Amino acid sequence: MDLSLKYQDVLSDNKKIKTGGRLNRKTDLGNFEKTYKSEITGIIELTPLEKLFQIQIIDQDERERFSFKPGQFLMLEVPGFGEIPLSISSSPSRRGVVELCIRKQGRVTKFLHKMQRGASVGIKGPFGTHFPMEKFANANVLLIAGGLGLAALRSAIYYVEENRNMFKDIFIMYGTNDPNQMLFTYQYETWKKTDGIKLFTIVQNPDKKWSGRVGLITDLFNEIVIDTSNTHAIVCGPPVMFKFVCNKLNDLGIPMENMFVSLERRMHCGMGKCCRCNVGSTYTCLSGPVFDYWTVMNLKEAI
Amino acid sequence: MIFKTIDKKDFNKFLEILIENNSFFAPQKIAKDKNNKPIYDLRLVNDFKEIDFNYDILKYPPRRFFLPYREAISSFEIKNSSWQQNINYETKVPRILLGLHPCDINSLNKLDKVLMLGDYPSPYYTIRRKNTFIIGMDCDPKPFCFCRSVGTHTVQHGCDMFLIDIGDRYFIEIFSNVAFDFLKKVTTKDITKKDDDEYKRIRRLKAEKFTAKIDVTDLTKILDMEFQSDVWKEWGDKCLGCGSCARVCPTCYCYGIEEKIDLKFQQAEKLKILHACTLIDFAEVAGGFNFRPERHIRLKYRYYHKHRGFVEAYEESLCVGCGRCGEACLAGITVPEVISSIRE
Repeated sequence: MDLSLKYQDVLSDNKKIKTGGRLNRKTDLGNFEKTYKSEITGIIELTPLEKLFQIQIIDQDERERFSFKPGQFLMLEVPGFGEIPLSISSSPSRRGVVELCIRKQGRVTKFLHKMQRGASVGIKGPFGTHFPMEKFANANVLLIAGGLGLAALRSAIYYVEENRNMFKDIFIMYGTNDPNQMLFTYQYETWKKTDGIKLFTIVQNPDKKWSGRVGLITDLFNEIVIDTSNTHAIVCGPPVMFKFVCNKLNDLGIPMENMFVSLERRMHCGMGKCCRCNVGSTYTCLSGPVFDYWTVMNLKEAI
Repeated sequence: MIFKTIDKKDFNKFLEILIENNSFFAPQKIAKDKNNKPIYDLRLVNDFKEIDFNYDILKYPPRRFFLPYREAISSFEIKNSSWQQNINYETKVPRILLGLHPCDINSLNKLDKVLMLGDYPSPYYTIRRKNTFIIGMDCDPKPFCFCRSVGTHTVQHGCDMFLIDIGDRYFIEIFSNVAFDFLKKVTTKDITKKDDDEYKRIRRLKAEKFTAKIDVTDLTKILDMEFQSDVWKEWGDKCLGCGSCARVCPTCYCYGIEEKIDLKFQQAEKLKILHACTLIDFAEVAGGFNFRPERHIRLKYRYYHKHRGFVEAYEESLCVGCGRCGEACLAGITVPEVISSIRE
């Protein structure tokens, strides 16, 4: 009598019903752990702490398939050092090329800052929810960032620039502690000169060279007049900023459902498995990182 | 569902053949605890005689057969500035687990929802789950078992067959086609009215034996209301933040990734190591900011995930009421006590 179990080849069964080999995958078992080899094609030093890495997927087919929406993130693999979640800072209309603004902070990023042009890293993703730009059509848009938050907001800025006619007035507000922490300063002129985009910058601790506004980001709301009945906002920044900015916006009359924030959490997988980014039982990687503020209000300990 | 009965003698022969033909894990006495009571756990057996049918509970959850504590999920060969990734999805031979209790089987069903049935199913888990044949066994409730409160004291699915001891025979609930085909090769009997009555009597007796319980009525809302409660601080002062509860929990699945590189910078390994939400670095991010810096906040998060967040997402609790965490806790914190203190 033979009672031996037959091996079920789950991977090939899965391959039969799903088209394999996609970066933007949700059901493809065989590519769960696959990271796509990519080349660092350019590095721009933004501040002493932050660099902008331009990264291109090497495989041509994958490069053509790769697309993302503003606000999504990816997992960057530095073989031997680790894998980290990073917001994509580049324009969503560019295929297969991403720009990542990375602060020298932990084990992986410190090593990344030593890497040269031409080095290869791995990309998995994109993951997570995005800023619902299509919902903002024919409305005023407030793009508010604090500190490193501009890295996540920049792809939304590209989106409004490239689809300028989709929206009414656009306000970009950016605040940092010190003037030398400001990111992407070389792009401010372009933003300012674009028809219908207004840029406001503010710092908390000015140095001698600084001639702009001084104060907190919420002070900028005294300067602008907006039709709050038809305005959407995106807020990116440190957790402490969300509460102040979003409550201020709510006081001005913008519903919480029209405000979108991008949450930051520790992540080890990006695919709702490692549980490290959990807020309650809501995964920041699957249901976020972009949440509307009403949802955030209902998540305990989210901000 | 299809029910059969089988004489214990015939069933033992059936097991002998299964052991001969497959890699077979069954309860064994592995050690003694501080009170000199035997500790049972699943071990690989090569002979029927090695199985200890007198086991009361399995000290450790069967989770490790699907989510090992440590596993290398991929590796890198690094040459100059380029590298090659090698992915090792496990392709081991199928295996059989004997003696899982309803709480353990239900714990796997809950893990399935996260790791196999949702977005981005994990191949590591799915391959093992699909290639594990599970023979469940009925149990005798212990003083710390509160599975009945969370509805995990019976098995609806998730194993291949489930055995209930009715004297000289086993009453078998058959859940899978594979199990049905296997049983065709041995002598089984269709159930009679008498078996039916005996089944009901045994189930009724079991239901009466539960002493520990938790009240889950409106628990999600009560947990929300008591989010700032001082009760959490009191439990937090007791909690050592050691993570023992997560080590023995059958439904804890959180992990961390660690990469190790050799001294020549040529070989790197990516290790997945199970973590615990009560450990201090669980939610610490780059730059040193910790979303849950204090013990009571981490303990509270643990309860929020098990009893509120998961309920919200899947309409069932992530806790299966096995009581292992309370038994393992060095500070003696038990789920029924924490839940009732929150409800007061």
